[in-house]
Amino acid sequence: MTLSEWINRKRHDGGAGRLDYNYAFLDEVSKREIRRKILKAVAIPGYQVPFGSRELPVARGWGTGGIQITLSIVLPEDILKVIDQGCDASVNAVNIKRFVNVVTGVQITTDTREATLIQTRHRIPEEPMTERQILVLQVPYPEALREVEPSEAVTRRMHAEADYSRMWLFLYEDIVQFNEITIGYRYPVTVNGRYIMDPSPIPRWDIPKLHMAETLYLFGAGREKRIYAIPPYTSVVPLEFEDYRFRVEDFQGRACERCGATDTYLDEIIDDVSGRRLWFCSDTGYCDKRCRR
Amino acid sequence: MGYVAVKGGIDAIENACKAFQFERLKGSSAPLGVDQIREQLFLLVDRVMGEGSLYAPELAALAVRQAAGDTLEAAFLLRAYRTTRPRLGYSVPQPSDRMRVVRRISAAFKDVPGGQVLGSTNDYTLRLLNFDVAEGSRIRKMRLVGELLRGAASAEPLPDTFPRVIDILRRENLIAEAPRPPAADAPFDVTKDSLQFPAPRSAALQTLARGETGGLLLLAYSNMRGYGNIHPTIGELRVGYLPLTVRHPLTGESYTAGEVKVTEAEILAKFTDITDGPRFTVGYGLCFGHNEVKAIAMAILDRSIQSAQGASPSEDGEFVLSHVDGIESMGFCNHWKLPHYVDFQSDLDRLRRAKEIYDAQRVDQQKKT
Repeated sequence: MTLSEWINRKRHDGGAGRLDYNYAFLDEVSKREIRRKILKAVAIPGYQVPFGSRELPVARGWGTGGIQITLSIVLPEDILKVIDQGCDASVNAVNIKRFVNVVTGVQITTDTREATLIQTRHRIPEEPMTERQILVLQVPYPEALREVEPSEAVTRRMHAEADYSRMWLFLYEDIVQFNEITIGYRYPVTVNGRYIMDPSPIPRWDIPKLHMAETLYLFGAGREKRIYAIPPYTSVVPLEFEDYRFRVEDFQGRACERCGATDTYLDEIIDDVSGRRLWFCSDTGYCDKRCRR
Repeated sequence: MGYVAVKGGIDAIENACKAFQFERLKGSSAPLGVDQIREQLFLLVDRVMGEGSLYAPELAALAVRQAAGDTLEAAFLLRAYRTTRPRLGYSVPQPSDRMRVVRRISAAFKDVPGGQVLGSTNDYTLRLLNFDVAEGSRIRKMRLVGELLRGAASAEPLPDTFPRVIDILRRENLIAEAPRPPAADAPFDVTKDSLQFPAPRSAALQTLARGETGGLLLLAYSNMRGYGNIHPTIGELRVGYLPLTVRHPLTGESYTAGEVKVTEAEILAKFTDITDGPRFTVGYGLCFGHNEVKAIAMAILDRSIQSAQGASPSEDGEFVLSHVDGIESMGFCNHWKLPHYVDFQSDLDRLRRAKEIYDAQRVDQQKKT
């Protein structure tokens, strides 16, 4: 569908479109500002660009940063996939899809390969993505240094001076106490050799996918009013020590109960009848695809 | 297999929304009119307008009804609506001397020029449940209104302007003025730009004015109780209507488009020694509608975040301004209801690994001893 078709459909067929809202809900000035901030974010990989986050009919903390990015870049001919924790049918994913569809009429898919634009909460799809695609991540805490410093004024100075000693000390103290780095999700990474960045609450499993990826990754934090990006073919390196290496989650000896995959991020489920522990692919779209094969 | 994925799906979501609608509509009572909310629950409507940062009594009353009385949700509905409206312009700044006052008190002086105007308040009502209020027929209401009006003495009309209490002290050079931005500087607009810290005062006042009443009260109360050093005296508290003046987009001529009910508080705080001698410092609060607690708390926080060496949370500007927005904090608090099983799985993995190492070390130690 083209933009003019969207507009014409709204004019002539009362029920289908929303004449009372602009295409993609936000007004053109707001969308343009967000696109400018995205360009800045792409130009400075890993740097958090402040933006005038708009209020949406979706609650703050429910993906409003991601939604604002999606609304600002979505074209009528895009094919959109929205996932939450890897799942296409999770309540938050369904709710966001429903909203974007109502205000743009854009086509929806669950197939990672088919989608041109993917908005996600807490997972990167298992299937590799390409240059044609953009992945938009919803971010609750954009500040990777928040763990060691609560003040925004101070963390911004630390970033400016590339003063990351406290973050390294945090990891070191972790090792002293537990003999292991205990950070699970939100594992801090260095982007393009400069900024330490919060990759949003994706599991460590997904971190290697960010490194030198073909796809543009855009990160939106609506409540915290920050946008940042990893452009294609950018180095993304998790923080690690020579003798305490970064490691992804360990699913050795497990396989998905449905599709049999042994190379995917798995959800642990406690069977409510037998009390047994079962494992299933977190990426449901991929799991379904494998089952159909 | 007992496995059921935590999936909502469109049907489940729509049914959950319908169930809420039904909760609101069930029961045999007459539907609550939006006009009734606006007229009879006016303090609630005022609060929602302030926190929703949109002055629209009709819409606020609608939001209250739709949200079944949840103030945060109602304010959120207003904000979400607000964001869809284009920003056509800014109103012309109004000195509050021109306020059409309906209530005005000072706690600093017994007798102030212009006099104390108590207006309408529930400050001095005994907090006894009045069981007569339970019976609410239209006839009874009319009779009560008649009785109230019959007993009222005819009062002289209030003057058009009241002198500001704080100006008396200002003339005596007893007030330390907050630094004013150069006149050419347009005020910061928190709805369009992201706050940076330290925030300019115009941004701080806007953020506080949109803040959640309970949140402002909590932080201000912590300051007055001792986690702070402001010791406020209410120089003046006013409730009234301010003219809303806008400039015509073509002619540039300003004209009055209506009026806005606001509550304004000026507090005098502990004096400090500035370069040319000791002075009182001032905190300022102004919010939509009749909400005195919010205006006073706002004024205290405006002053407290100007403290040079803030030792308590309420004196840390970034801390206060980052946490007073009810819509933001409510949204984030509620988001914990969303599934977190991917991140939790990652945490489980780390915990199991750390425990494995711990247990292995324990076994080693036991072997040695």
